[in-house]
Amino acid sequence: MATLETSRPAASAAAPLFAGLSLRVWQIIGLAAVLAAACVLPFVISSYQLLLATQVIVYAVALLGLNILTGYNGQFSLGHGAFYAIGAYTTAILLDKTGIPYWATIPMAGVLCFIVGFLFGLPALRLEGHYLALATFALAIATPQLLKYKDFDFLTGGVQGIVISAPDAPDGLPLRADQWLYFFCLLWTIPLFIVAWNLLRGRTGRALVAIRDHPLAAATMGIDTARYKSMTFGVSAMYTGIAGALGALLAQFVSPDSFDFFLSVRFLVGVVVGGLASMTGAFFGAIFIEFVPNIADLLSKAAPQAIYGVVLIGCMYLMPTGVMGLVRALGHRLGRWVAR
Amino acid sequence: MQAFLHQVLSGFATGGIYASVALALVMIYQSTHHVNFAQGEMATFSTYIAWKMISIGFPYWAAFLLTLLFAFVLGVAIERIIVRPFYKAPVLSVIAVFIGLLLIINSLSGALFDYTIKPFPSPFPSDAWYGGPYLSPHEVGMIFVTFVVLALVFVFFRFTPLGLAMRAAAENPVSSRLCGVRVGWMLALGWGLAGLIGAVAGMMTAPVIYLDPYMMFSVLLYGFAGALLGGIDNPWGAVLGGFIVGVLQNIAGAYLVGTELMVTVALVIIIGILVIKPSGLFGRPIVTRV
Amino acid sequence: MSAILETRGLSAAYGPTRVLQSIDLSVPERGIVTLLGANGAGKTTTLRALCNMMVRVSGEIRFEGQRIDGKATEDIVRLGIGHVPDGRGTLVSLSVEENLRLGAYTRRDARVAQDFERVYGYFPRLKERRRQQAGTLSGGEQQMLAISRALMLRPKLMLLDEPSFGLAPLVVQEIFRILRTINEQEGMSMLLVEQNANIALELASEAYLLETGRIMLSGPAATIGSDESVRRAYLGY
Repeated sequence: MATLETSRPAASAAAPLFAGLSLRVWQIIGLAAVLAAACVLPFVISSYQLLLATQVIVYAVALLGLNILTGYNGQFSLGHGAFYAIGAYTTAILLDKTGIPYWATIPMAGVLCFIVGFLFGLPALRLEGHYLALATFALAIATPQLLKYKDFDFLTGGVQGIVISAPDAPDGLPLRADQWLYFFCLLWTIPLFIVAWNLLRGRTGRALVAIRDHPLAAATMGIDTARYKSMTFGVSAMYTGIAGALGALLAQFVSPDSFDFFLSVRFLVGVVVGGLASMTGAFFGAIFIEFVPNIADLLSKAAPQAIYGVVLIGCMYLMPTGVMGLVRALGHRLGRWVAR
Repeated sequence: MQAFLHQVLSGFATGGIYASVALALVMIYQSTHHVNFAQGEMATFSTYIAWKMISIGFPYWAAFLLTLLFAFVLGVAIERIIVRPFYKAPVLSVIAVFIGLLLIINSLSGALFDYTIKPFPSPFPSDAWYGGPYLSPHEVGMIFVTFVVLALVFVFFRFTPLGLAMRAAAENPVSSRLCGVRVGWMLALGWGLAGLIGAVAGMMTAPVIYLDPYMMFSVLLYGFAGALLGGIDNPWGAVLGGFIVGVLQNIAGAYLVGTELMVTVALVIIIGILVIKPSGLFGRPIVTRV
Repeated sequence: MSAILETRGLSAAYGPTRVLQSIDLSVPERGIVTLLGANGAGKTTTLRALCNMMVRVSGEIRFEGQRIDGKATEDIVRLGIGHVPDGRGTLVSLSVEENLRLGAYTRRDARVAQDFERVYGYFPRLKERRRQQAGTLSGGEQQMLAISRALMLRPKLMLLDEPSFGLAPLVVQEIFRILRTINEQEGMSMLLVEQNANIALELASEAYLLETGRIMLSGPAATIGSDESVRRAYLGY
């Protein structure tokens, strides 16, 4: 069951917890440490590992997008791969056909995806649970077909897709192209996360959760459910679309079959593993969906899907709040033990 | 005109497949209010079992019947073991479980039978007497088999005590328990039957679109479209919806959008119905309790 | 006369909320016992607890001397307890006849066809409407259907939850008259939960008074019915 961990009241967060420092301070220290490590990373790992790390960051943004919609707002999407694809193709097409610089394609992809997501969210207003899952399932299956459609070939490159080249680091920075791309992605990821964090812990977040848990009650409390839900769809699509755009730069290639139903499944698995309604969980989920296929592929072609399936069912059974839910629960226990 | 008739009749034949899938989906939806996303994979896996039996020498109809038995048992087992713990779980969890099931069965098909496309035999020889200018013998056979299955299901539900108990359990489990009906097993039986019907659909469609682990993906979608069109809580409406989708698909493919966008057409149908009339043509309007 | 049904320390809870506190009651064989009390006293909960449906039950329940607490609802029913539930429990999309056939679902003996006639004998209106969809019946007819569905089980004990609810007085009279006939002719024991104390006390031989989950009073129906102070305090008339 997805439950949002209500933020602990300010009093206990400020109270001394460990070594005389409050929980809030520890959280900030932890965050700073992680950021510092992230900045150092590209210089200490190999090029291939850097590629994987960048992909993890990109996936984290995509998962954050899905989580906003499904975890916080309860609107189920089995089709977020479609928005990832739209973002990716936007960047690829713009780079292939126009002279627009790579860094400008990202916000454009975001805006386009926001519009598409918002428009999809409008009819989706009338759909709950299974019906919405059905509609997004259909969207996910239709996406590769649409991308392969002959009449769009001139734009999408048809079955072959489009090849693009990774941008070089700006003049003056002593970075390799792949290191620059890593930081470029980070430069998008950090503000996106901050914005989401702010939105979700405030009134908006509470409204979203209220709509998720008690839609009728939320409406009677004066929350404009329709507006929130379609906006959420738009924002969610935007995040995943931006991730797709960044992903295109990373892969230097887009083709219809890389955006099939199973991509949407991976996003779902990532959100479930990382934790519904958890922001940090997005990273755990991203790590999971990035590395599991790499390892499982060694076993057999069928293994990754089987693992996802088992993980999905297992998580629902044992750990409905995902890794972050487990971490938080353990954190609570640890906190209580330490405070004694 | 001849071409049009051919499209319509051919669409009717594939519509039979969609009607069967739609029926299977509605059977599970009626009793549990859950959409079984794994329906297609269950059918594919059963079809692989049939393929295996045929390839080691079983005569077609023997393999067919044994596969039906297998599919039935598979459905019952899945319900009892995997689905049952989640009956009271929130919608999100249930959908995730079904998707998980989809993935596991899909990968099982791939792992056990590999990903190469396989031909699947049709029991209706291509030079049979009942083929005609508009329909191939296999298409005629498909329609015939579909009708036989649907008729048997109809008779079962309307005229047997077990069928009555299953209908009752789906509609009102509390009252059914008070009549001594073991509601849990009725649900399991429903899954078994749905699996069986899906297997028929799989074996009928494999000769046409060839057997691979992803065979039923789009068929499932068309089945959904049919079920929604007819009314997701109305089994016979869903059957009719399946036939309509089959015909619509062929006409749209031949005259409107070309065959590559078929799934998109299904997507549009699905969204269209969900937005305009979610209860479908024949379903009851959906009422939610405050 | 031995008791066909006996409870000792029967308690029931919905989730964390205790609704019944240690109920002791018994229904003699061939007898009619009524359970009275105001709204919310726990009457329906008692019947549900006896069939182990929707509540968490603790305590002892004996049917014909055997413990039945903890058994599944459908197994309790198969032992011979018919339950006419709160709200009638009509299976609305089935026909009247199908509702009755469902009632006989667990029976393997040859007398089922006879029982259709028997039931139609008690309630001729059902026979007229037997192919009609049960959801289109009036309240009174649905009550008759609910009772008949339980009768098709050929139970030894029948539990009835507020059969008079929402029905016109004349219809209520008719139904209760038929209940008396069934009890006298077939020796069926009955446990009747009612808010309409007046008519319940006319039918029953014993009465229990339930208030906020406890038995406040019990005794012969005539005594309780004639005691002014009890009537005024607990029964509202």
